Amino acid sequence: MKIYRLHVLMCGGTQCVSAGGESFESVLKDELKKHNLTDEVQVVRSGCMGACDRGPLMLVYPEGILYQRLKPSDAKEIVAEHFLKGRKVKRLMWTEDGHPYPTMKEVPFFARQTKIVLRNCGLINAESIDEYIAADGYAALGKAITEMKPADVVAEVKASGVRGRGGAGFPTGLKWELGAKSTGDTKYIICNADEGDPGAYMDRSVLEGDPHSVLEGMAIAAYAIGAKQGYIYVRAEYPLAIKRLEQAIKQARAYGLLGNNILGTSFCFDVKMRMGAGAFVCGEETALINSIEGKRGEPHLKPPYPVTAGLWGKPTVINNVETLASIPVILHKGQEFFRKIGTKASPGTKVFSLAGKVNTTGLIEVPLGMPLREIIFDIGGGIPAGKKFKGALTGGPSGGVIPLEHLDTPVDYESLNALGSIMGSGGLIVMDETSCMVDIAKFFLEFTVDESCGKCTPCREGTMQMYKLLKKITEGKGEEGDIEKLEAMGKAIKSTALCGLGQSAPNPVLSTIRFFRHEYEAHIKDKKCPSGVCKMKEEAAVKA
Amino acid sequence: MPKINTLDDLKKLRESAQAALKTRAAEAKARVRVSMGTAGIAAGARESLKALMGELEKHSFCDLQIVEDPTLGPDKNEPIVCVERDGFVTQYVKVTADMARKIAAQHIVNGQAVSEWAVARSKK
Repeated sequence: MKIYRLHVLMCGGTQCVSAGGESFESVLKDELKKHNLTDEVQVVRSGCMGACDRGPLMLVYPEGILYQRLKPSDAKEIVAEHFLKGRKVKRLMWTEDGHPYPTMKEVPFFARQTKIVLRNCGLINAESIDEYIAADGYAALGKAITEMKPADVVAEVKASGVRGRGGAGFPTGLKWELGAKSTGDTKYIICNADEGDPGAYMDRSVLEGDPHSVLEGMAIAAYAIGAKQGYIYVRAEYPLAIKRLEQAIKQARAYGLLGNNILGTSFCFDVKMRMGAGAFVCGEETALINSIEGKRGEPHLKPPYPVTAGLWGKPTVINNVETLASIPVILHKGQEFFRKIGTKASPGTKVFSLAGKVNTTGLIEVPLGMPLREIIFDIGGGIPAGKKFKGALTGGPSGGVIPLEHLDTPVDYESLNALGSIMGSGGLIVMDETSCMVDIAKFFLEFTVDESCGKCTPCREGTMQMYKLLKKITEGKGEEGDIEKLEAMGKAIKSTALCGLGQSAPNPVLSTIRFFRHEYEAHIKDKKCPSGVCKMKEEAAVKA
Repeated sequence: MPKINTLDDLKKLRESAQAALKTRAAEAKARVRVSMGTAGIAAGARESLKALMGELEKHSFCDLQIVEDPTLGPDKNEPIVCVERDGFVTQYVKVTADMARKIAAQHIVNGQAVSEWAVARSKK
């Protein structure tokens, strides 16, 4: 058996790769050759380690030394000093306030997280099924299909209290129960990997970093509801995720973990992939089903819900990537383990992509119910350049802003809803005093206008009218009564749009009006943008 | 790739896959520290380390972690190797490639310290 004294994990997430990870890796490999170390040092590509802002990242075992912001020119020193002589290169370690944190587990950004969905991300070779199996991979599937009845699996997931991580938070166990009770000999399980919120990349990171966890979750779901075929609907803009998934499916088939008579039982299941062309609305389940069927990606009225009449009219359960990736842990460690994490009504963890005006942006996983302050200040390291926190946007174009006075809000489904926002899929955009709330609302409305499929009038026409009003306000042409118009239209669209996209589209506007009405008023009455973001017509005229 | 036909097959595969990843685990049966500063390398520490690893591979013993230290003792004692196993730390000095092979086979793999070469032994 080959022994490597050093295991080097290069973060293979899209951010680290695009920050120059590949060129660093190729110089590193050249240097290893030069020093005759290729026999002693194993270099593998892992999934996203999370601290994307600090990339390219590299983790060196056995000691777990973390190097960050690597440039190809750093490779020579790391090999000659650390790999050859055991002298760690301090200047490339994670440093905060002059204090270096040599290992990953010491860094505050990582130390405060709880990883269930991302349990293997960044810690195993993302392209190796053996490494996934070493990390207890496929043990939950084995347990489910050899020791449990489908109804037991449903009961366990139901008892865990896990809720859909795609945004709406529907109880997963209940969805599976409905799927299992639906009659028909053909049923489907679909993995919704059509992640489209601006700034959100949780699902992509799971698919890139631990694709087998999603396949295993799908197989367990299929067993629970009685499906033989699964589909993964992933957007074509995620080439690395697609590549890793295809590879994972091939490996799982070769081992017989997908296919007929899995682990010698009568359970048969296989997975196909379908690529989406990037329409935001296709993340809505009925539009997604249309798209898989080769039809135009437009939603339809519910009911009928997909659990009764979904893909090709057959009962279909659609779960999000993150939900499916947490299923193996629930079955392997038991629902009690899962329930102990998070809050009573929202058990478990949630992955967020932390973006915007925060010191350490990246991918994090925390127990549900963690106060927003802890996420932004303790994990994210606070606001850069001594600026003040103004608000955090959760739920992307469907969500709302949590202002300073609610910074201690626990981040769970109920608390966010109470503030007029939603959990959403996990995008978390931090804004400081230089961000204009009207401008932010306009940005998201522009996104919705672009992405509205046009099928129903409230969404097609209404969001456009709201956008026009916002544009007018940010140009200094706002009039008395515009805020009230925005509120009235927002409420009307919310209650009349056909699907989730339209029903949630006014949220960013309504929520910023609720907490930052004075900013809207300043734009309209004083013709001033308090944050100095909007180019107001009046101001421009004065200057000229 | 052979198919995994039973739960037992899966368990076996898991155990062998885990064995290959001990370098990344929280702990392993044995931890070996090798002095690899400039003086150590000049005294032949690289050759000794390679011999040690070669011997371990021969025995398929991978339940260990190998850590390099810039220096573990005075230059005149290089190459220096410390073996941590079964709660004890044993130090060997002036370790040649031949000595390294014996330390690997007898101490690291089988748990019997090579007493004639051990210069220090203490509880971990």
